[in-house]
Amino acid sequence: MDLKLTADHERYRQEVVGFLDEHWNGLNQCDRADPDQLRAFRDAATAAGLLYRSVPRRFGGSEQPADIVKLYVIHEEFARSRAPREVPGNGVNNLVPTLLERGEEWQRERFIPHTLTGKYLWCQGYSEPGAGSDLASLTTTARLDGDEWVINGQKIWTSFAAESSHMYVLVRTEPAQPRHLGLSYLLLEMSRPGIEVRPLRQMTGEMQFNEVFFDDVRTPADWVVGERGHGWSVSRSTLKHERNSLGSSARSEALFGSLVELARVVELHGRPAIEDSVVRDRLAALDARVSAQRWSGYLQLTRAAADRLPGRIGLTNKLMSTFIAHEIAAVAQIILGDHGLFAFEDGQRGPERWFGQIFGSLGFSIAGGTSNIQRNIVAERGLGLPRMGVAS
Amino acid sequence: MNFDLSEEQEAIAATVRHILAKEIDGARRLDALSSTNDHDVLLWKSLVGCGVAGIVAPESRGGSGLGLLEAALVAQEIGGAAAPVPYWGHTLACLAIAAGGTDEQRARWLPGLATGELLGTVALAERGGHWLPSEWELVTGDALHGSKVFVPNVAAADLFVVGLAGGSLAVVEAGPRLQTTPVAGSDRTRNGGEVKFAGVLAEVLPAADAEAVVDAGLVLLAADAFGGAEACLERSVEYSLTREQYGVPIGSFQAVKHQLADVAVELEQSRALWWYAAHAWDALPHARLRAAMLAKMHLADLYVRASRTAVEVHGGLGFTWDFDLHVWVRRAVYDQAFLCDSRRLRQLLAADAGWCDPRDEGVPVRFESINRSEVQEWK
Repeated sequence: MDLKLTADHERYRQEVVGFLDEHWNGLNQCDRADPDQLRAFRDAATAAGLLYRSVPRRFGGSEQPADIVKLYVIHEEFARSRAPREVPGNGVNNLVPTLLERGEEWQRERFIPHTLTGKYLWCQGYSEPGAGSDLASLTTTARLDGDEWVINGQKIWTSFAAESSHMYVLVRTEPAQPRHLGLSYLLLEMSRPGIEVRPLRQMTGEMQFNEVFFDDVRTPADWVVGERGHGWSVSRSTLKHERNSLGSSARSEALFGSLVELARVVELHGRPAIEDSVVRDRLAALDARVSAQRWSGYLQLTRAAADRLPGRIGLTNKLMSTFIAHEIAAVAQIILGDHGLFAFEDGQRGPERWFGQIFGSLGFSIAGGTSNIQRNIVAERGLGLPRMGVAS
Repeated sequence: MNFDLSEEQEAIAATVRHILAKEIDGARRLDALSSTNDHDVLLWKSLVGCGVAGIVAPESRGGSGLGLLEAALVAQEIGGAAAPVPYWGHTLACLAIAAGGTDEQRARWLPGLATGELLGTVALAERGGHWLPSEWELVTGDALHGSKVFVPNVAAADLFVVGLAGGSLAVVEAGPRLQTTPVAGSDRTRNGGEVKFAGVLAEVLPAADAEAVVDAGLVLLAADAFGGAEACLERSVEYSLTREQYGVPIGSFQAVKHQLADVAVELEQSRALWWYAAHAWDALPHARLRAAMLAKMHLADLYVRASRTAVEVHGGLGFTWDFDLHVWVRRAVYDQAFLCDSRRLRQLLAADAGWCDPRDEGVPVRFESINRSEVQEWK
């Protein structure tokens, strides 16, 4: 065991730091928020091989040889400088890898470059009122009419649908086929006639997700990714990217750090909450879980770098992040005490802002595969217990 | 960067696992609960035969000269098999003498310990739950008087490494002025008891670091707990695949799956915690103290949960004396309580992190927390 980077990777870290010093660390707050500056920074970072490393150059990526340790160094140094990485969202995280794996060459040329720059913003049309965890039971349909698909039905809990320019959507195109075999993965423009987006307010009060209604919405016949009827497996290649991400404690560590800070500033019975024996006890227990997650990340990074399979641990990352977020919420509630009786709103700066985390942590156990579905995955794929009656 | 086991390290674990699987079964495990022997002598002999007794003793003294990570991998396997062997105290005694003894002391004791001819143990705790060097009051002048409690394998040990006031360590050999009283414990696979020193000769180990020995003990307990918890999960999975109710294996019920999945998630995500603690002990002195406490606290708590879940999944069988699953429940209780219980470790961790008002009474400290600012500098 050796936690030090090799000399090559240490040199690489210096290069990354040098790049950030030259292109980011000198910018003031105002420049950093400016869209043109942001775009210029990402262009320069891509040209330097720091962003979009797995995307070919002809689509606007930097096409670097896979090196997970370099990637880790980039993530670490960008986080340290609070520099922006790839354009966030479904487009870069899910659609681009899916097109690279399953798309046609013209589709890649047509969609990837604009997605990388953030000109195309994508939402994901999966969940429906009657199809959540059991996604394959979805009923939104598309039928081919000449050279266009005609889509009818409804999606729900669609994040950022109102702000998105495009959607990748899973629809039923082969009604005669059994559940999983009747689906296709289509792309469409959100500006098409017949689309109605109705924002849904989340329990936190924010408006991020939406209902999307389709009334004879048309999209070109060749905007299907993979063959028609193969949409399920195409959509799985996307989910795989979501679930197979290496475990990272970055978010847990940041949250835990803020929680300790909260415990220092809020008083319980006239003394800092952190000196309360119950709070201390819970914080120390949390510290162990967050540390465990950090070293688990190192373990997975080592295995990925050596092209070894991560093993069962790869299936458990999301649940662990969720458990930690929930425990942080529980401890925050203890610390807040009577503050919990006050109303809270977006943008509030006092301790009440923690209610955003306390409520928001519930979203962790639902989005991207509910915790109970994750437990099924761990039990079935990780422990080899029998699958549910229904194919999953 | 490499945070994984080497092939050699995996081979050590596999070898010990193989021997234990071959030699120990449920009946033999249960025998330990009613036996009057200190430990399973034949089983210990088999482990000694493959070098387990001298794993941390230097090669020049007949040992293998390996690190705490390798020693902890052995502890993991012993925990997994719930094996009634005196490994923990013996290994800590070897560590203490190897690191703290003079050349002459090492030459005198280590060869016998490394070959298993001598059985070593450590006498750390004092009455009142005083596990830590900063709490020890035993002093030695010309001769040692006083007592220690929770001493592992007190009835069989030939040599005791004894913690003294101020955090020094001394070696006492078994003899007429050393009275040992075995105490019936909850975990009969790890017997122990009280030792009284009635004017015995104690040889101080001049370079000994008692805090480091305590930390090594915490890491070995964490590894034992991990191995035990893993065995509980494996047995539960196996049972839930074969036991049928309502015409199907009980492992197809979501309630059972979710119970086991929750244990699996915590287990998978905590292996690296004790690996890191062991690695820190071997190579990262600034991180050693905290990592050891975090690992033992977290893994022992997890072990308690995993072993209790296992009993629940096994139903009536799990609650039956003649089925050996309760041996792991006992070992989990032991791991959680031994060498500072979890609540106590969390207090220590909080104090170490500076989360307490240091003037608080009853907030314990460890010697090294006090000098943490100095320690930080050699990071």
